[in-house]
Amino acid sequence: MIISVASGKGGTGKTTIAVNLALSLKGRQLQLVDCDVEEPNDHIFIKPKKLKKEPVYIPLPQVDDRKCTGCGRCRDICQFNAITLLNKNVLIFQELCHGCGGCAYFCPQKAISETKREIGVVEMGRQGNLDFIQGRLNIGEALSPPVIRAVKDKIDRSKTVIIDAPPGTSCPVIEAVKNTDFCVMVTEPTPFGLNDLILCVEMLRELKINFGVIINRSDIGDSGVEDYCRREEIPVILRIPFDRKIASLYSRGLPIIGNLSGYDDIFSDLYNKIEGMVAG
Amino acid sequence: MKELAIVSGKGGTGKTTVTGAFAALSRNKVLADCDVDAADLHLLLNPRIKEKTEFYSLKKAQIVREECRECGLCETLCRFDAINSYTVDAVSCEGCAVCYHACPSGAIKMLDRIPGHWFISETRYGPMVHARLKVAEENSGKLVAKVREKAREIAEKENLDYIIIDGPPGIGCPVISTLTGVNVVLIVTEPTMSGLHDMERIIGLTRHFNIKTLICVNKYDLNLQNTEKIEEYCRGHGLEVIGRIPFDREVVDALVHGKIAVEHSEGRAAKEIQKIWERVFVELEKLS
Repeated sequence: MIISVASGKGGTGKTTIAVNLALSLKGRQLQLVDCDVEEPNDHIFIKPKKLKKEPVYIPLPQVDDRKCTGCGRCRDICQFNAITLLNKNVLIFQELCHGCGGCAYFCPQKAISETKREIGVVEMGRQGNLDFIQGRLNIGEALSPPVIRAVKDKIDRSKTVIIDAPPGTSCPVIEAVKNTDFCVMVTEPTPFGLNDLILCVEMLRELKINFGVIINRSDIGDSGVEDYCRREEIPVILRIPFDRKIASLYSRGLPIIGNLSGYDDIFSDLYNKIEGMVAG
Repeated sequence: MKELAIVSGKGGTGKTTVTGAFAALSRNKVLADCDVDAADLHLLLNPRIKEKTEFYSLKKAQIVREECRECGLCETLCRFDAINSYTVDAVSCEGCAVCYHACPSGAIKMLDRIPGHWFISETRYGPMVHARLKVAEENSGKLVAKVREKAREIAEKENLDYIIIDGPPGIGCPVISTLTGVNVVLIVTEPTMSGLHDMERIIGLTRHFNIKTLICVNKYDLNLQNTEKIEEYCRGHGLEVIGRIPFDREVVDALVHGKIAVEHSEGRAAKEIQKIWERVFVELEKLS
């Protein structure tokens, strides 16, 4: 089973839920996969030793000036404005290139070949029964989805997989939650939390992914999120009240499991609930 | 005209709270919400929409089955695994149009998507440009560029001095689009290990673009040791932490009432944000 953890809004507790859900599942073969490749944080709590690194490349076109006639076909083909022509010289803006290969394929002179360019890294480690995998987008790079894809390529479907997704509702999140069996959406009971929850619900409905909501810091704020979930018949699968002890553990980079009693059962119950919902 | 962007790396650190307060404290500016993915600033500013414009993201491929001869070339060429058994998965399609151009039977069409929108609005603190990206769509970077372009037009037309931008989280495409060419960046961070880690990455990005960078720590008293670690890191990198905002329940309280922290109370957090604004203002004024 693959469970993704998403939130719409940042800072609602995705990492806390993903990490502690994983740590509560003892005696299982597990993968914890951090797909928030712009700002991965799970490693802070998991502290895996010796990460094995694999670079992530995307293809990058290069032009052979001797063959290029400056016809501009590559520029016209490129949908990402990554190619322009200056005095019949082809200029490539590598940060904009998605690596689709169109320019090379359609060049009438066969003047474009492809090299590769590193845009990030996949890191893998182990901690007890847990396989830990994370991606890291290189600073200054714009495209996170290829790094997320490279991270997800490491998923082993024979294990229980928990994916920590990035915030938001556009390409990076979609890439992260795609093809998962269940999405846990973490929100907070404020107007900001509600606004972003609604967007995230729309996204998951469009992707046809089964989901449930966790309300974090459930006792501060207002009742907007609860009312919305009731109206939309969205299951609220867990409420976690604001607890300074949790905030303090989080701030120090420590998980709840193993540091605060009572939560082992809360998270394993959560897992059982999700399993039941997926089984339908 | 000078542009200030408020960013954070990590989400949920209080960017919008700070931006909202700056909206109330500053004059002669236009506001831009560049967190087009999960825009929240409108919840504080209740904008009255004056102009609504459609924004189309890239077209996506669709195969017309009656014309398809099932040669499979499209599937071979697609780098995004978006084509399987002569069907395009719109979610995976990046709109590169390689299949469309390559199809020997002309069986592939590039179709417009349901658009997102961007808005020009009026708020109690001046004009605001914001957007709503259709859910599950890409191109937030392009939409961010659009929002900034409109904000600049308004600033020029109405002779405004500043553009104040509420930025998206992360360090990827929409953030890069938010930061290119701004004059000053204010990073809002929090005293957690995650906050510190993400701040280091966003500082890496602002250095990459060589932008004047200021930092403030929100909820600083939740972990004083980490606040000090943040300040030490910043000192080590020649950057200044210009404020420490205390954890203050009145901030959530203000939000629940649809108000901006500095309007709602004169609490500790509100006072500190005011000081931070004064400091940022000095920095903006220094620029020629």
